[in-house]
Amino acid sequence: MTGYIVKRIVVAFLTLLLIMCITFLLMNAVPGSPFLTEKSTPEMIARANAKYGLDKPLYVQLFNYIKSYLQGDLGTSLKMQEGTSVSRIIFHQGKFTLSLKLGVYALLLAVIIGIPLGCIAAYNRGKWIDGFLRVMTTVGVAVPTFVLATLLLVTFAVKLQWLPTLSGSLPDAKSYVMPVISLSFYYTCYVAKLTRTSMLDAINQDYIRTARAKGVKTRALILKHALRNSLIPVITYLGPVMAGIITGSFVVESTFSVPGLGKYYVQSVLNRDYPVIMATTVVLSALVIVMNLVVDIAYKIVDPRITLTEKED
Amino acid sequence: MSDILLKIENLSKYFPVKGNLFRKKKYVQAVESVSLEIFKGETLGLVGESGCGKTTLGRTIIRLYEPTAGRIEYDGTPIYDSAQKIAVDMLPYRRKMQIIFQDPSASLDPRMTVGEIVGEALDIHKLCSGKKDRQERIKALLDEVGLNTEHANRFPHEFSGGQQQRVGIARALAVEPEFIVCDEPISALDVSIQSQVVNMLEDLQRDKGLTYLFIAHDISVVRHISNRIGVMYLGQLVELGESYELCSHPIHPYTQTLLSAVPLPDPEKSRARQRILLEGDIPSPLDPPGGCRFHTRCPYATERCRAEQPALKEYGPGHYAACHLLEQG
Repeated sequence: MTGYIVKRIVVAFLTLLLIMCITFLLMNAVPGSPFLTEKSTPEMIARANAKYGLDKPLYVQLFNYIKSYLQGDLGTSLKMQEGTSVSRIIFHQGKFTLSLKLGVYALLLAVIIGIPLGCIAAYNRGKWIDGFLRVMTTVGVAVPTFVLATLLLVTFAVKLQWLPTLSGSLPDAKSYVMPVISLSFYYTCYVAKLTRTSMLDAINQDYIRTARAKGVKTRALILKHALRNSLIPVITYLGPVMAGIITGSFVVESTFSVPGLGKYYVQSVLNRDYPVIMATTVVLSALVIVMNLVVDIAYKIVDPRITLTEKED
Repeated sequence: MSDILLKIENLSKYFPVKGNLFRKKKYVQAVESVSLEIFKGETLGLVGESGCGKTTLGRTIIRLYEPTAGRIEYDGTPIYDSAQKIAVDMLPYRRKMQIIFQDPSASLDPRMTVGEIVGEALDIHKLCSGKKDRQERIKALLDEVGLNTEHANRFPHEFSGGQQQRVGIARALAVEPEFIVCDEPISALDVSIQSQVVNMLEDLQRDKGLTYLFIAHDISVVRHISNRIGVMYLGQLVELGESYELCSHPIHPYTQTLLSAVPLPDPEKSRARQRILLEGDIPSPLDPPGGCRFHTRCPYATERCRAEQPALKEYGPGHYAACHLLEQG
């Protein structure tokens, strides 16, 4: 187990290195410059490039990035908050925490609502409630986040005036409601669909019949025997979702004016703020990698048949 | 041997097949109006080809499937009657009637240890007084089926097929049942292990006075273990009789065919024997043929067989068959 985790961490570092290289190449493949404005002259751009080392050959720039990252230095912002260190922007100005909070709540909501909905649909297969949930989840998966977010905004903030239009830095519980719901709705519906499918699969297994022959009550049958055996696909899905929900919050953060990382990430790309792009990409990639590792370990807990270390035969 | 433990009358089980806008809803007639009695302490074998409804009958008898129609009586008490609308709570009967499934690896919850699998039934029926008693019971049960105590902490996938089936048997025995449906308990096992499991089932029957409904498609195994044998074809019982009598003097054409297909160990005899080959495929249970269900493949079928369904009648002592040809003598 320990050996396995160590191995995975080494692979994770190599993956991050590769991601840095690719990000660097892509950044430089896109035309434009952080210093390009209507007023800037070629001399000014050249001077700024020299100041931040952007005039050096590409391999030297890449090497410098990797060197400073290994030292724990994520560089300084070139444009958006010129001169401020990127790690300060991401972690200390609360951007990451804001996105993380939204993401975690959205994920919790998706799990807490999605899994029971899936169970209910599977248990009542073919009945009206299953049909209703099927339509609802299909719509939920199909409707784009910005449509849902706008609808919520118009209904609850503008017409009914129950909730604030600007969520800002999420000062109170009210400000969470709409961003979290619009962020999690897609995932809730997807988790419900996934749970239903894998639950139906489990319900038809022989061991469910065994349990019924023992005299297990319906509730325990669903929770203890069927659900535990149908969670694997859901867990697989949740790992990448965790990271996706944070980066994917760009639309939601824009709609509800939340100054989170998702919004900032997209702005950094538009502004060609190279160090910020690089740092956000690496941080989010690291999150995806960590979540995948957590998921793989969670498998082992959910299903004893899965062995993490490769067999010797 | 003459006490009736289980009696079923005209038991039917249909499975709905989803229709749509253009197709009417249809039913698979898996079991159609089967009546039989099972005596205390006996083994009743049930044979027939794949898809003939043996498994469905076994599961419907213990109401793992809710019957479509008919009556089930256990030890004199009706537990299901469609005419009188009786459908008792099965929980107390789950203690008396148990089942061993065909595929041992699929029938054990992969998330639970063997100890939990065996112990769960003890908890449900409140059969043990405390933690220590529970441990002892599980240990004794595993011991009874030839497994070690330390096996209790392992998961089903760590066992071989034969061991898994032993776990399945220990699980069924946990509630101290009187009646066990053995649903092809050895079909999924290696030949070398089949006899071990069959012998163990026989020993357990002798020690505990169990009654078995033994389902299999291999008539030679059933002949060995059963007191009486029932033969099913397309959801219906076509012949029923004492094991030896039925195998030596089969009277229904389908049973004769079935027996002629049993391989003989002696090649000389095997060559000399006339094998009856049936023509055509088994008809779909969605749309079974009218009259005698066997008439489409029966070499002796007459007009009457096509028109009229034969009833199960006694032709020798305890030897029943459903065939028009026999009535004519």
